[in-house]
Amino acid sequence: MTDMHQDTGLTGTDAGAADAIDAGTAEAFLSHDQSLRHAPGPYFGAYGGRWMPESLIAALDELQDTFDKAKADPEFTAQVAELNKNYAGRPSLLTEAARFAEHCGGVRVFLKREDLNHTGSHKINNVLGQALIAKRMGKTRVIAETGAGQHGVASATAAALLGLECVVYMGAEDTRRQALNVARMQLLGATVVPVTNGSQTLKDAINDALRDWVANVETTHYLLGTAAGAHPFPSMVRYFHEVIGDEAREQILEQTGRLPDAVTACVGGGSNAIGMFHGFLDDREVALYGFEAGGDGVETGRHAATITLGRPGVLHGARSYLMQDEDGQTMESHSISAGLDYPGVGPEHAYLADIGRAHYEPITDAEAMEAFKLLSQTEGIIPAIETAHALAGTMKLGRRLAADLAPGEQPSDRIIVVNLSGRGDKDVATAAGYFDLLPDDSVEQEIAEEGEQL
Amino acid sequence: MTTHLPDRQQPESGAPASKAAAAIEKARSEGRAALIGYLPAGFPDVRTTIEAGIAMAENGVDLIEIGIPYSDPVMDGVVIQEATVEALANGFTVPQIFDVVEGITRKTDAAVLVMTYWNPVMRMGVRDFAERLAAAGGAGLITPDLIPDEAAEWLQVSEELGLDRVFLVAPSTSPQRMQNTVDASRGFVYAVSVMGVTGARTSVGAAAQAVVDAAHDAGAERVCVGLGVSSSAQVREIGAYADGVIVGTALVAALRDGGVQAVADLTRELSTGAAKVSAGGSA
Ligand SMILES: Cc1ncc(COP(=O)(O)O)c(C=O)c1O
Repeated sequence: MTDMHQDTGLTGTDAGAADAIDAGTAEAFLSHDQSLRHAPGPYFGAYGGRWMPESLIAALDELQDTFDKAKADPEFTAQVAELNKNYAGRPSLLTEAARFAEHCGGVRVFLKREDLNHTGSHKINNVLGQALIAKRMGKTRVIAETGAGQHGVASATAAALLGLECVVYMGAEDTRRQALNVARMQLLGATVVPVTNGSQTLKDAINDALRDWVANVETTHYLLGTAAGAHPFPSMVRYFHEVIGDEAREQILEQTGRLPDAVTACVGGGSNAIGMFHGFLDDREVALYGFEAGGDGVETGRHAATITLGRPGVLHGARSYLMQDEDGQTMESHSISAGLDYPGVGPEHAYLADIGRAHYEPITDAEAMEAFKLLSQTEGIIPAIETAHALAGTMKLGRRLAADLAPGEQPSDRIIVVNLSGRGDKDVATAAGYFDLLPDDSVEQEIAEEGEQL
Repeated sequence: MTTHLPDRQQPESGAPASKAAAAIEKARSEGRAALIGYLPAGFPDVRTTIEAGIAMAENGVDLIEIGIPYSDPVMDGVVIQEATVEALANGFTVPQIFDVVEGITRKTDAAVLVMTYWNPVMRMGVRDFAERLAAAGGAGLITPDLIPDEAAEWLQVSEELGLDRVFLVAPSTSPQRMQNTVDASRGFVYAVSVMGVTGARTSVGAAAQAVVDAAHDAGAERVCVGLGVSSSAQVREIGAYADGVIVGTALVAALRDGGVQAVADLTRELSTGAAKVSAGGSA
């Protein structure tokens, strides 16, 4: 596997986004007063589209049509707003992290607190929206894929709330390692199906969900968990997450009187990042940074740094950057964070990378875990390990900004807003194992060794 | 509906004629539906795929469909998934597909199509892939996750090289999409019999005939039915309204369980279903 990974390595024409970036395009785009916001799809530059079996095209058309009408229907937007407010707990806070900021070169750092949402992450925004869409289509059943279980739990939650049957596909290995999240989904009334096909990982869970969808499309909506997949999923999932960036923009203006210098987020499939970025896409003075999972280090081949090292291809319905070997076979990704452990990425990110509007950098497991500990101990907030990638990236970025000040400027003149996409309760066992905090003979130690997340 | 037939499934002058169309028309001239057999390349190895392909051709198959094992086969059921996982584990690489195609076309008259998910083709480059396929004697491509809407490059290259473009239509396909897909296809149109993935089924149901009728009404001259067909009785039933019948999972299971000989035996048995006068309904 290692040399296969290195096929998409750092050299030659396979190097991915770095080769393709054309900063001039973004410039041209913006100087012509063209907005990057609300991109409707199906295409984002050369990315996106519908690389899907014909059998599912009618369902995608129905979904698109329902979604387009819903967006324009005040009753629907009011329903979403009501659930966001009185169920999910929005707006989420914007918290300045002064002690953490000392480790970011002294720039000011603000945390967009998606961790405070019901179910503990940004995922709730998307599942509530899509479950409402499912009901509008008259579907009685939703299916979802999940890696560690975050999106599965969120989907089961929305299904319980709205009275929908829910089936969650999860890699067999993950169902064993994440036994408590399986129990959580079951407590919420969902059925969890262990996936034993292929590499038995998240991408195979998506494959099985798609197979279920083909066979049951009349009654079933596929509640995809990230801003990837075939049109209209990337733009629809983004739409339900746009609230993150919209709130953050308003809150930072209110708290500091100006826009931030940079906005950061972690990128798995890209949903929390695109929701955050969207609020600032047309503010070209605001730099956008997405941090991908660098795993053991991108040079090792064991990572999930799709934009950094992948090359364009099609997977799960969209053309985007993809971790693939020279035969076009999808490669296995690796990350300490299950939520970032995906070999693909949403097409809008591929586009934003190519035109230079957003920048994507890898963060290793070790860097992420360091930031995980740091935020916990400086701010009293335990982040999700996914989120810790954004925090580690923010530390690096803050130091770069601080090193690059004009004469007379202070580090505190620079502002970064981080999307704190989720809380770390689910990651306590992994982290305790990682930092060797558990007694050798404890049950928890055994669990942590298996990668369980409590 | 079929009053004006622009013969869209015929090549433009200059490019080679459609091999798939020729094979189906030959069967038609013999008063029967064409029999199409599927096997994945490299299961369990490339040499066996070639031998099994030749065995299918010698025992009554008119067209052969060879699948490229792919990491994410969303349209395939368990039997084909397991076979392709094994092929990949045994070291199958995409360029070997051309060895398989050439190995079969050199020894038989059967038209050989490649069934592939799109990313491996994109990775090699559509033109490169197509040129190598044509050089190996291949007829064209069946593309389960490529719809005509996304196929601009393939439409152009296949037209130039005279390769067949077999797109799928399904029970869920709208009339507008049916028309577009029939127009974009070359060789034949692949009618998916049921809403689902590959795998043997005891019955393919009434939906299949409706799909075939709709494709014919949209001007398709050749419509073949796949997904779920596993017996000569089903071949006979479908052959009564379709121009060809595609058998996949059953042949893969036969190869898995009984090797090339079992593929030959099953093919012979299936071909009795495609025969013009079924000898007293023997099956
Ligand atoms: C807390 C958290 N952040 C981020 C992600 C990554 O997903 P995305 O890139 O779609 O935001 C996940 C996925 O499980 C998550 O749970």
